[in-house]
Amino acid sequence: MSSLIFPAVLSGLMMGAVYALVALGLTLIYGVLHIINFAHGSLLMLALYSVYFLYTYFGVDPYLAIPIVLPAFFALGYVLQRGLIAPMSSGSEQNVLLITLAASMIIDNLALYFWTSNTRTADIAYAYDTVEILGAYLPLGRVIAFGAALAVAPLLWCFMAYTRTGSAIRAVAIEKRGAELVGIDVNHTYAVCFGIGTACVALAACLLLPTFYITPQVGYTFVLVAFTTVVLGGMGSLLGALVAGLLLGVIESLCGLFLGESLGQIGIFLAFILILLFKPSGLLGRART
Amino acid sequence: MRPQSIGQIALIAAALAYLFGVYFASSPVWMGFTINALIVAVVALSWNITGGFGGLSSFGHAALYGTGAYASAILQVKYGVNAWVGFGAGILAGALMGVFIGALAFRYGLRGSYFALVTLAFAEVLRICASSFDFTGGGSGLQLTLAPGVANLQFNDRTIAYTALLVVVAVVMGLTAFIKYSRFGAYLIAVRENEDAARALGIDTYKIKVQAMAISGAFGGLAGVLYLQLWLFIDSNVVYGSAVSIEALIGPIIGGAGTIWGPLLGTLGLHLLGEGAKHLLPNAPGLNFVLYAIVLICALRFLPNGLVGLAGKLGTFKKKEDDNA
Amino acid sequence: MLEVRNLSKRFGGLKAVTDASLDVPEGSIVGLLGPNGAGKTTCFTMIAGFTKADEGTVRFQGKDITGLAPHSICALGMIRTFQIVQPFAGLTVQENIAVGAYLHHHDRREAMSVAREVGKRLGMGAMLDRPASSLTIAGRKRLELARALATGAKLLLLDEVMAGLIPSEITEIVGIIRKIRDEGHTFLMIEHVMQAVMQLAETAYVLNQGKMIAHGTPRELVKDPSVVEAYLGHGAAARLQEENHA
Repeated sequence: MSSLIFPAVLSGLMMGAVYALVALGLTLIYGVLHIINFAHGSLLMLALYSVYFLYTYFGVDPYLAIPIVLPAFFALGYVLQRGLIAPMSSGSEQNVLLITLAASMIIDNLALYFWTSNTRTADIAYAYDTVEILGAYLPLGRVIAFGAALAVAPLLWCFMAYTRTGSAIRAVAIEKRGAELVGIDVNHTYAVCFGIGTACVALAACLLLPTFYITPQVGYTFVLVAFTTVVLGGMGSLLGALVAGLLLGVIESLCGLFLGESLGQIGIFLAFILILLFKPSGLLGRART
Repeated sequence: MRPQSIGQIALIAAALAYLFGVYFASSPVWMGFTINALIVAVVALSWNITGGFGGLSSFGHAALYGTGAYASAILQVKYGVNAWVGFGAGILAGALMGVFIGALAFRYGLRGSYFALVTLAFAEVLRICASSFDFTGGGSGLQLTLAPGVANLQFNDRTIAYTALLVVVAVVMGLTAFIKYSRFGAYLIAVRENEDAARALGIDTYKIKVQAMAISGAFGGLAGVLYLQLWLFIDSNVVYGSAVSIEALIGPIIGGAGTIWGPLLGTLGLHLLGEGAKHLLPNAPGLNFVLYAIVLICALRFLPNGLVGLAGKLGTFKKKEDDNA
Repeated sequence: MLEVRNLSKRFGGLKAVTDASLDVPEGSIVGLLGPNGAGKTTCFTMIAGFTKADEGTVRFQGKDITGLAPHSICALGMIRTFQIVQPFAGLTVQENIAVGAYLHHHDRREAMSVAREVGKRLGMGAMLDRPASSLTIAGRKRLELARALATGAKLLLLDEVMAGLIPSEITEIVGIIRKIRDEGHTFLMIEHVMQAVMQLAETAYVLNQGKMIAHGTPRELVKDPSVVEAYLGHGAAARLQEENHA
């Protein structure tokens, strides 16, 4: 049994990196707009299908699809926030939650209608070539995803810290009215932030497709894990989302190993409940009232 | 419940007309469809207690519904217990699950979005557990033996089932009204409006919230048991799935959260709309949810007090001056 | 009626209240004064049970109530109002007051009629059926008082009840408070508005930076150098003395 633990941990880390990537976008959106975005998983699902169709009908390799899909989904996210969420919610926190829920229902069910519930996978030749790391054999596709996720988190952090847009986003997150007073267009900034969060999800989709399956329900599964990651890592903390994602991937993998495959996700939800109860500010988040 | 306007009376009259009209429908499809809608209405009424009166939006109400259904199913299938005992057990199980979730969540001060998420997590944990263990039937679910008759709480006649459901819905709505005009109801509403002020006025807000979850759980468990007795089969996706949790909250929000008629009117309205959509676009599973979502968005933006609130503005009665006790 | 001894509270590194003690005799109106940030509201929240005191005791009518939950303290007969009044928005004025009345009157009819009676006593008879959210600030303050009275409380802790009112409204509320006191209630009030303090408070305590620095009648306090210093700053008392002699 102990010889199975190490590969389980590694494989959990690989999956966790993808969870982290999905969560990065969500934590950004929550940290700045204070929106718990239920539609996040649906957008991931949409991105997965987009990358899938690009591959199946146009032969575009998922990794090469990145420059196509990222800007497209950035735009989608921007429009979603500016055109739907902001005007329809009239600011109430509960309403925002419900509107993003409604958006996810629309996207999920339209996907179900147009693309049916058949599970699909993209057969990419090299995705399952194995790579040997520390004695364990891991699929290449997963290793690439891991590496990319680890690279994106610091990149995003640098963007937030050093670019003008990043500073605007941080300003709006800390003090909305003050930001307005110095001339920052808050609505635009919110929408940009939402767009970036959505683009993260699109990136995750490109990295995920080679070694994962897609169905219209896949979004729902991911959204709960993403929430858990965000809360565990601390709402708004990029580093927290990365650490939490990796941790949760490992927890899920070990639970799957010891409790059986179907119960793997239970570890994640139990962790979620425990964190919400005992330390809602997460491992690395600031304390909130 | 005192209607405040002609609009509200008209709305209620329309609903009642529809419900009684079903008895005379040309096709039995109407009755079957309305039976489904009524079960959802009971879940909606259950959600309304905590989400409407208490302001505690649960996004995982399936946790209560499914627990009621599974409790009764396990007792009947694995232990041969009589259906009526299972019925009572299901309601009790729902209430206990409500108390459990509420006691934990409120002990740690969860409210708003965090509360919504934790209820969602509980529902998911239960769903995964139910499909993973043998004694809950695992992935194949639980099937009751077909044995129609009152003793087994199984309906051999659709019309009887429908009538029974109407009675149940009426009773639950009556209980809702009783709660609304009771001391408990006033306290629950106060907690929703301003928890600190409520505490200052002598209300044990923690106790009130947990009690609300107990009642909500009992009604939710009731709905679950009704589903079980009508369809004789449950599995984790059907009774613990997100569809139940979503339907639990949409009806009340659109019909009017915190009102007595809101959950029923909202649920009936949505289901009729969904059914209409299905006729226009057949072979489209899940499209009714798209419609529900669109209506939800519109309601959130334009109808903050739901259909009941909207109807309340059409032909309002003049307020009387004396005590309305 | 109320005995507070050696109450202390720190928040992290900040000592909000240190060693505060006060007495409120039955039937009196006692003021709790002090500049902003002195710790007055923290004292209140500790006395009323919303915050746990680090040290000290609170006795109400001889009974030790330190550390009890707010709702239990209310049931014993002491109630606190809030600086920023929050009526229960979806309810009418009468229903708002009834929430208080329900504490000792479990039946709805009874609670509503007690609410009506209390509302009329506070001059809100005409507004009973209106939504509470339609009240003006002065109306909301009255509602706060009515709600508190409806619980049957004997000791009322008022947190800056005069804040935001114009002079004529202040005079009205002063009159109402006097009337309520004459009917057998006791008040401890945090107040900044000097007009109200002078007219209502028989004695007052002054807090500065978490410590009690003075106690006496309002007239005595106004002349007390340490009080002047607390409000007007370093050296102000001495300067005023000079001007008086000059």
